[in-house]
Amino acid sequence: MASASAFEYAPAPESRAVVDIAPSYGLFIDGEFVEAADGKVFKTVSPSTEEVLSEVAQAGAEDVERAVKAARKAFAKWSALPGSERAKYLFRIARIIQERSRELAVLETLDNGKPIKETRDADLPLVAGHFFYYAGWADKLDHAGFGANPKPLGVAGQVIPWNFPLLMLAWKIAPALATGNTVVLKPAETTPLSALFFADICRQAGLPKGVVNILPGYGDAGAALVAHPDVNKVAFTGSTAVGKEIARTVAGTRKKLTLELGGKGANIVFDDAPIDQAVEGIVTGIFFNQGQVCCAGSRLLVQESVQDELLDSLKRRLSTLRLGDPLDKNTDIGAINSAEQLARITALAEQGEAEGAERWSPACELPSSGYWFAPTLFTNVTQAHTIARDEIFGPVLSVLTFRTPDEAVAKANNTQYGLSAGIWTEKGSRILAVASKLRAGVIWSNTFNKFDPTSPFGGYKESGFGREGGRHGLEAYLDV
Amino acid sequence: MSEKTEKTEPRLSVFKTYKLYVGGKFPRSESGRVYEVTTQTSAAGAAGKGKWLANAPLASRKDARDAVVAARKAFGGWSGATAYNRGQVLYRVAEMLEGRREQFVREVADAEGLSKAKAAAVVDAAIDRWVWYAGWTDKIAQVTGGANPVAGPFFNLSSPEPTGVVAVLAPQKSSFLGLVSVVAPVIATGNTAVVIASEKSPLPALSLAEVLATSDVPGGVVNVLSGRTAEIAAPLAAHQDVNAIDLAGADEALAKELEIAAADNLKRTLRPQAVDYFDTPGIDRLTAFLETKTVWHPTGSLGASGSSY
Amino acid sequence: MPTTAPTAHALSDVTASDSTLRRFLHGLPGVDAVGLEARAASLGTRSIKTTAKAYAIDLAISMVDLTTLEGADTPGKVRALGAKAVHPDPTDRTTPTTAAVCVYPDMVAVAKEAVAGSGVQVASVATAFPAGRAALDVKLADVRDAVAAGADEIDMVIDRGAFLSGKYLKVYDEIVAVKEACGTSARLKVIFETGELSTYDNIRRASWLGMLAGADFIKTSTGKVAVNATPANTLLMLQAVRDFRAQTGVQVGVKPAGGIRTTKDAIKFLVLVNETAGEDWLDNHWFRFGASSLLNDLLMQRQKLATGRYSGPDYVTVD
Repeated sequence: MASASAFEYAPAPESRAVVDIAPSYGLFIDGEFVEAADGKVFKTVSPSTEEVLSEVAQAGAEDVERAVKAARKAFAKWSALPGSERAKYLFRIARIIQERSRELAVLETLDNGKPIKETRDADLPLVAGHFFYYAGWADKLDHAGFGANPKPLGVAGQVIPWNFPLLMLAWKIAPALATGNTVVLKPAETTPLSALFFADICRQAGLPKGVVNILPGYGDAGAALVAHPDVNKVAFTGSTAVGKEIARTVAGTRKKLTLELGGKGANIVFDDAPIDQAVEGIVTGIFFNQGQVCCAGSRLLVQESVQDELLDSLKRRLSTLRLGDPLDKNTDIGAINSAEQLARITALAEQGEAEGAERWSPACELPSSGYWFAPTLFTNVTQAHTIARDEIFGPVLSVLTFRTPDEAVAKANNTQYGLSAGIWTEKGSRILAVASKLRAGVIWSNTFNKFDPTSPFGGYKESGFGREGGRHGLEAYLDV
Repeated sequence: MSEKTEKTEPRLSVFKTYKLYVGGKFPRSESGRVYEVTTQTSAAGAAGKGKWLANAPLASRKDARDAVVAARKAFGGWSGATAYNRGQVLYRVAEMLEGRREQFVREVADAEGLSKAKAAAVVDAAIDRWVWYAGWTDKIAQVTGGANPVAGPFFNLSSPEPTGVVAVLAPQKSSFLGLVSVVAPVIATGNTAVVIASEKSPLPALSLAEVLATSDVPGGVVNVLSGRTAEIAAPLAAHQDVNAIDLAGADEALAKELEIAAADNLKRTLRPQAVDYFDTPGIDRLTAFLETKTVWHPTGSLGASGSSY
Repeated sequence: MPTTAPTAHALSDVTASDSTLRRFLHGLPGVDAVGLEARAASLGTRSIKTTAKAYAIDLAISMVDLTTLEGADTPGKVRALGAKAVHPDPTDRTTPTTAAVCVYPDMVAVAKEAVAGSGVQVASVATAFPAGRAALDVKLADVRDAVAAGADEIDMVIDRGAFLSGKYLKVYDEIVAVKEACGTSARLKVIFETGELSTYDNIRRASWLGMLAGADFIKTSTGKVAVNATPANTLLMLQAVRDFRAQTGVQVGVKPAGGIRTTKDAIKFLVLVNETAGEDWLDNHWFRFGASSLLNDLLMQRQKLATGRYSGPDYVTVD
């Protein structure tokens, strides 16, 4: 997509040799890899090539039963361990992840389709950081602000999405183990591999059997897990529709629930913004991980007085994005995770056009195999357009305009979601005033899509409830 | 002096017409319905009806809807008020209650079938509860928020913010202390509330509304409805403009039904739990209706550095 | 290439007075330091391999302003430098020449003779380099001296004291005067000494100030202070020349100077050029490296690419 320039970057692929993917994988239950009770398997493919990477056992209700039983059995000992011992296990895991980070980055890129630049520089460092952070909490829970000697809940059933497979695993497992819970985790059906490699890391770390159980599978396995009567805690990251279904499932039980769901983040650019950095922030906001990010800045709200200047800069910048082989170290935009997701993005983009928004993409050649979608910009979008309201979960930016800060805030908040927002202005007081009025759980001022283990993450309204990360993230796994 | 009657007839007292409290006003139910409220004596449980106390408004779905509108309208101002201001308003409620202590002792005794001494203990505890939460308004953010030491050139701050409009099913048994214990934490942090009073003992709640109206609590911040809990709660649990629900006053079956309805817009839901309202509360009823907002600000160095090779 | 006279472009009225100039410069979009540095660092992760690397190394060599600016400079030292500029790698005559040699004014004549006929330009620092603390007449005399001796390019320093005290029109007028002293034969590079301007906002303002005054190149630094060229300040200046051309049609070059010592660093800068200003600037008419030791590292890397073996310092010349 970068225009034919004198300075053509030669291919710079990261070596696949650092990762050894077995032809088949089992479920990880009670410290062993086992076949599914009904013998079912499914294939996981590389979304950038459609190559089959491996065949994975597919968990069903009976396997959920086995895994919950194993986790329950392990809970007594694990929760009774001194916090300092649990901490050392988690520190071990953090260190092994660091050691194996290149391998895991390549694996994640293969299974998910996101650029190696991101798995190497964002996902993996954050994964290791998350375990390192929560490791330190394990023996300090008395000081976490939840009273003396706070107790774990028991068995945590966790269901995670495909957009940050290993990072979402870390967000779920690290605080659960630090607080003394045991877990049964279901990775997404399109990205099971890194979770299975994590099982091997648990083995290397000497983690007691049954403390972590991994059940690759589909929605039915997730539903069985959250509905299981011996699960004490349910944590889910994914779509708002499924989140609501889970909330109904756990209604009337004592299960503690945290949900991290969809978003339609507003990225608000005022006329006094640092324009070049704002352009970068807009790009990061919507094209990081091909826009398959719940906190993506998918609505650009730009002040009318700088609209033309900003859009010119943005389009010029989009023309330099490099789409292609996710393993190439110079790739900025990788593949869409699945054919299903690609179809959804395509349909919503077509609806945007049908509803009269103006569509633009840079000149861009898409690879012939795999699932790809060109970075796309819609202008002349209003709050009434579907593409301004529905979460697209793809590299599609809807551009809206505003005239005053009041209008910007009103439009930003005019959504059922409330996960993220961005503010771009050089005026400090305006940052604080606007940030205080936005109904969103994470707000980036003059930056976007920054994450940190110490920083609580989670939404308002239909973006879910509960926080992951930081001291706040402990609460979801403690009986408080 | 002039001639007197030998014996004075007991003076005919003036009954109070109990009304709903919505948006700072005291309307009757739009439905025009009322229901009979009687004393709860220890005997009443076994022998049926107690003594007639009043006809309380039997609030309708539409009353619930009006209350949500009023609560939403009040949210901006109340959540935007300074924490110090909210603290003083809550303290003012305690001051006003102290002055009407005798009235509430009588009402609570009648409502809950308590002896005068026990009812007095309940009212004292309720007044003290307002004082406890009055002191929390400007401290909770310091206890639950703070700066997060992120690994990068950013200042990262988490602060609690009120969830919004909270539907509160007040406890059925503890009609006054329980009520205060669930309402005060909701509004202390800046939420606004639609409260369903104890179904059988709504009068202390309706009288509390009169205190709130004269305590600088802005209209709409607390709205009090009396009637059938299940009838009023259902539309509130399903209401898309209600952000959270406290199920303290729901039985097991109703709580489950309401929690399912509440999932439609992912209301924050506080399930019923066994509570001794005489115990000093923790902060969990405050944090149950708080959102954590985390804001990132770049810091960087003072000048252009040479460090980015 | 656009060669519009500086006063003819759309922004000529902003220099009408001190206050219009100040309003204009302070009205430029601000720079968020963290975001700018993050973008520079992110471009620094580009992986340039094989054919792209070979292209980049040769391009970088051709962009070097091979520099000696020492009190101890002698005609002998300058002649050796000139020879190196003309034949950077005596063992491989396919190696491109450097863009220029850069010397003090009194060495211009020697340098001119050393590179005669090669196409290598002679650049001379002037205007009381590096501090710039002299009367305007003295600075102009310095420039005229260098130009008279045959300098093809003049690297002037701005009056940072005036800039930092907000006397923008004074800085502007001085650049205009120096530009005039350069005549038609010498291109003017304007050095901001970014390390002394300290903030990115100042660097952006200085860039526009320099371009408004007719700079042919804007240049980061003298190489004589603690912080010289960085990816971030060079990225910022590349954004400035890009935006200036978009607004006025006038193309201005960029020269980071000081502190760039390795091939890896140089390639990072070329990536910045490629992805910020664009390929129009990937030419030594529009982009230069002010450097001395960089050249040898480029040559060693060039040998490595040609032979497959790692080279060593004994296989490149010490001049």
